[in-house]
Amino acid sequence: MKRFIGFIKKEFYHIFRDKRSLFILFGMPIAQILLFGFAITNEINNVDIAVLDHSKDFETQKIINKLKSSPYFSIENQLDSEKEIESEFKKGKVKAVLIFEPNFSQNLVNKKAATIQTVTDATEPNVANTIANYTSAVVQNYQSQKNSSSGSPASVEVQSRMFYNPELKSVFNFVPGVMTVILMLVSAMMTSISITREKELGTMEILLVSPLKPFQVIIGKVFPYVFLSIINAVVILLLGYFVFKMPINGSLFLLLFESILFIISALSLGILISTISDSQQTAMMLSLMGLMLPVIILSGFIFPINSMPVPMQVISNIIPAKWFIIIVKAIMLKGVGIQYIWKETLVLIGMTLFFIALSIKKYKIRLE
Amino acid sequence: MNNQEIKPQSEFSSRVIDDAKEKIISVQNLTKKFGDFAAVDAISFDVYKGEIFGFLGANGAGKTTAMKMLIGISIPTAGEAQVAGFDVLTNAEMVKKNIGYMSQKFSLYDDLTVKENIVFFGGIYGLSRAEIKIKTAALVKELQIEAIINNLVGSLPLGWKQKLSFSVALLHEPKIVFLDEPTGGVDPITRRQFWEMIYTQAYKGTTIFVTTHYMDEAEYCDRVSIMVAGKIEALDTPKNLKKQFNVETMNDVFLKLARNIE
Repeated sequence: MKRFIGFIKKEFYHIFRDKRSLFILFGMPIAQILLFGFAITNEINNVDIAVLDHSKDFETQKIINKLKSSPYFSIENQLDSEKEIESEFKKGKVKAVLIFEPNFSQNLVNKKAATIQTVTDATEPNVANTIANYTSAVVQNYQSQKNSSSGSPASVEVQSRMFYNPELKSVFNFVPGVMTVILMLVSAMMTSISITREKELGTMEILLVSPLKPFQVIIGKVFPYVFLSIINAVVILLLGYFVFKMPINGSLFLLLFESILFIISALSLGILISTISDSQQTAMMLSLMGLMLPVIILSGFIFPINSMPVPMQVISNIIPAKWFIIIVKAIMLKGVGIQYIWKETLVLIGMTLFFIALSIKKYKIRLE
Repeated sequence: MNNQEIKPQSEFSSRVIDDAKEKIISVQNLTKKFGDFAAVDAISFDVYKGEIFGFLGANGAGKTTAMKMLIGISIPTAGEAQVAGFDVLTNAEMVKKNIGYMSQKFSLYDDLTVKENIVFFGGIYGLSRAEIKIKTAALVKELQIEAIINNLVGSLPLGWKQKLSFSVALLHEPKIVFLDEPTGGVDPITRRQFWEMIYTQAYKGTTIFVTTHYMDEAEYCDRVSIMVAGKIEALDTPKNLKKQFNVETMNDVFLKLARNIE
């Protein structure tokens, strides 16, 4: 036990004396969560749009006011002809133009139909898409209000309600995602680097010649990162809760338990990587290419798994991060207990045991 | 070169072993194969308590591989070896408790201070806090490192690191200390000082097993073995080897051996 404490102490010296690892450990999680939370977002806010109103009547004015009052748009200017649209787009400020057809109100009354055309600058396709959706939502909202007040035309209306994330806040998706990425990065990359560093410097050999057993060496190396990763998980949750108002509807205890489980699976992956790489650089590249990319791309963090091609969907099943993200979202947003996520938890436990067994086996081979 | 300046080897020959002749390392047909290639090919030799045993060979001759089997971090393909009275295959744990090891990289932690390194390595060999304190004080006095005890090891010159890692390898008072090319890359003066440390330790009764490819250093050993292509081709005192090959220096012994093999 005393040996173990001495070992841990030494490991913390390594971590706290190396500015790079300190930054990766504590700077990056905070920077990433703030970046993802604030900057990288699918929501639009205060987008500049222009209006080309061919009819300039009562109805169009009402719709324009409605758009103005929404937080999503600010109406930059009124255009006079179609020709101006392109020059506006080229200037770059205006992202979309709403065109009302001539005799808008009359058509609405007489033909029971009037058209608004949305022309968007699709150099940024996601933004363009979102703007188009938002404008039609605003218009539809106006229409339904109008219908209900006048009560005349009987039209079928679809009302959708968004459960668990009624405002469709993207941060609710990013907090679990970033937490997963960070835990994977800190746990797997940092441990694999710190183990290969000892190999590179030749100190691993000295440790193996000492009476310490190989598994003691590995546990000693890994333990500090378990501890630091848990701190990281808590920091990310606190940031999500207080800065981004992400709810934690389920049990905090269960959430931490699942996080520790995921951390251990990532750590065993880190050990696995360290057994097959001889230098810190190899370990880093393997962690980045072999772990980070799949975590970001295949876990459902950024790209929804359901819309992937089937082979990719199948592959995504072997990514521990996928299961962890499902679990975290279920606990935080739906507030479910273990009875709803025991399957995912079992998968994660199974994977963790598999990685541990594999890395122990590999580690022995390395000792020849 | 400077072997004349060093205490003449004959002075130590008498110190060695002749009355006791107690075997402390015993190797029989030790073999390590990587696939079809035998890096170590059925070597046999004994090392006696208290002697400085030079384990020589060109790069790639198999000396590091052989040594790794003796210190318990590589498993022999065939053959047997007893180190400090314990079998390396079946009782590696006891072997490890009784040996010290210093690798060619002077492997201390650069980002730990001198003192932290001593405490750490003392700790993993199971020394108590009080023992470590006594050992540290003795080391400070012996190496005169009072001023640098709280400096990071990374900031020390190579010669210092080498002396320190030798001392650290001796912290737990092992019966045998294995030195893997301990003088690689250091200047001749430091090398000489280092050999003085080795002699001091040998006087205290510690057996020294040292690999090197500096042939002048071979002259400082009580006995040397020369490995060529996985086999031990010669094993005797430097004096006898020179007589046997009818040459002036160990360097010539080595050259003759290597040429014969080719």
